[in-house]
Amino acid sequence: MRTSVVVIGGGQAGLAMSWWLDRTGVDHVVLERGVVGQSWRERRWPSLRLLTPNWMNQLPGLHDMGGDPDDYLGATEVVGLLDGYARAFGAPVLPHTTVVGVRQTASGFRVDTDGGSWRCRAVVVATGTEGASRVPALAAELGGDLQQVTAFGYREPGRVAPGAVLVVGASASGVQIADELRRAGRSVTLAVGDHVRVPRTYRGRDIYRWLDELGVLDERYDEVEDLVRARRLPSLQLVGSPQRRSLDLATLSAGGVQLTGRLVGIDRGRALFSGSLANFLKAADLKQARLLDRIDEHVGGGPVHRPEPTPLPPPVTELELARFSAVVWATGHQPRYPWLDPALLDRRGAIRHDGGVLAAPGLYVLGLPFTRRRRSNLIAGVGPDAEALCAHLVGHLGRARSAA
Amino acid sequence: MSTVESPVVDNGVNVEALLGARQALAEAPEAAQFRWRARCEWVNGTHSRTTVHDFFGLGAEHTHKSPTVIEGDHPEVFASEDHGPTPTETVLAALAGCLTAGIAAVATNRGIQLRSVSAVVEADHDIRGILGADPDVRNGFDGVRVRYEIDADADRAAVEALVAQSQKRSAVFDILTNPTAVTVEVA
Repeated sequence: MRTSVVVIGGGQAGLAMSWWLDRTGVDHVVLERGVVGQSWRERRWPSLRLLTPNWMNQLPGLHDMGGDPDDYLGATEVVGLLDGYARAFGAPVLPHTTVVGVRQTASGFRVDTDGGSWRCRAVVVATGTEGASRVPALAAELGGDLQQVTAFGYREPGRVAPGAVLVVGASASGVQIADELRRAGRSVTLAVGDHVRVPRTYRGRDIYRWLDELGVLDERYDEVEDLVRARRLPSLQLVGSPQRRSLDLATLSAGGVQLTGRLVGIDRGRALFSGSLANFLKAADLKQARLLDRIDEHVGGGPVHRPEPTPLPPPVTELELARFSAVVWATGHQPRYPWLDPALLDRRGAIRHDGGVLAAPGLYVLGLPFTRRRRSNLIAGVGPDAEALCAHLVGHLGRARSAA
Repeated sequence: MSTVESPVVDNGVNVEALLGARQALAEAPEAAQFRWRARCEWVNGTHSRTTVHDFFGLGAEHTHKSPTVIEGDHPEVFASEDHGPTPTETVLAALAGCLTAGIAAVATNRGIQLRSVSAVVEADHDIRGILGADPDVRNGFDGVRVRYEIDADADRAAVEALVAQSQKRSAVFDILTNPTAVTVEVA
């Protein structure tokens, strides 16, 4: 089978690229291992809502996603939206097609799938960041009595083994799951490492409205001071809720959640926690204050009520594992590219790229954190990246044609 | 002609060299493998003498400009002769030294001129643990507190951010706050 461009992945990134290729008149296929929006279908718990408010979510050619602009879409609504989007412009999605190999050939690329091979002149990797949960090695040392669930596998408190739960990780997933378990009456311990605290609203507006207005989300990958760090930044401690409530460690702690430092070891039936919690809480409070200072400066307004600093909980450096019935790993996830030439990857297995352009001519990636801008991995950010990379890709096809 | 004056910051830290090393070692992780050593001799009683001189790193053996001797002993209230700090106090010195070096490096990188930096480190220690007097009391510290007084060309929030960042990049802070595998054998 032949086409000009193979797009791998039928989520928001792959569809946004497909929209631009379609509009530019470039023939292509979108290979999807499941169906459109597969990750949104299988790796989200039912109560999950987007962190970004509706007004912000846009895809190429789709600027109004419907609903209250200040509300937050649920995961199933995102699936419906992506489905409708793909249908609306007739995205050439091949569902249930798993890529097993991408090889460079004399004339471009060969993409092998479980349903045959494609020959093409350019490949766009749009598989996102959710290759696999990043579970620490010490998980293997936990006893078999403990139920272990990742944030991908978590569904609802009723499906977590009855009893106390240790939630590991305090970014968006971790604080949301800890909160849901706590509200269901569970005793919850939350192990906390580096995290980014922001209030849901400030000066009466959603925090994303401010980040948007300050230009933070549009910072470019080639202008940011420490790109490696910027690409590894944990997700913001936020929850999308109709009440626009803030969800931070102070709230959780006041609600009875026990906070500890990072889970750093298992020893003779005990979980060992880092003694560094105080510094992570302090650093997150300082960073939040700097952001709010910027907003104050931006509006030229006087001081308004701010979130209180997170109170330092009593130090906990070890706990008996026997007191827990389950561990929830909210420790993040990472992409996997077993079908790509390892020479295209760095030591950690991440794709080497310059703003989404790989060293191998005709290979592109999008939908990763800070691919081109801080908003790159948001539904609100993948469209502009797709536009820029599509333009680059069309230039590549033109060069390849004139060279032939 | 107008020129933009960037603040001249001199905290005695060669930040360019550190940033260069970070860049270089990211590409060559083998060279980043260091091995630190201390050589200890028992003198008498609880008194021992530890010498620090050589170490391995950047693929080669190195020595400090000169050897440093660190005495270790117990105080008279422990019925010892007090030839030097207890090893627990040397740990506090190591933490303070590490964090303070970090503060100077981070300050320079952020363009903050330091005028004075001082710290008091205190550790709470229930010695019933080491005496075996109570099996429920651990041998080590219950907690460590560090209090910095810093005079710098920066507001309080920026100074607090320096101290926070220094902890995030401190080896001794990590060693004290996280478990480390230790093996001790007889040659």
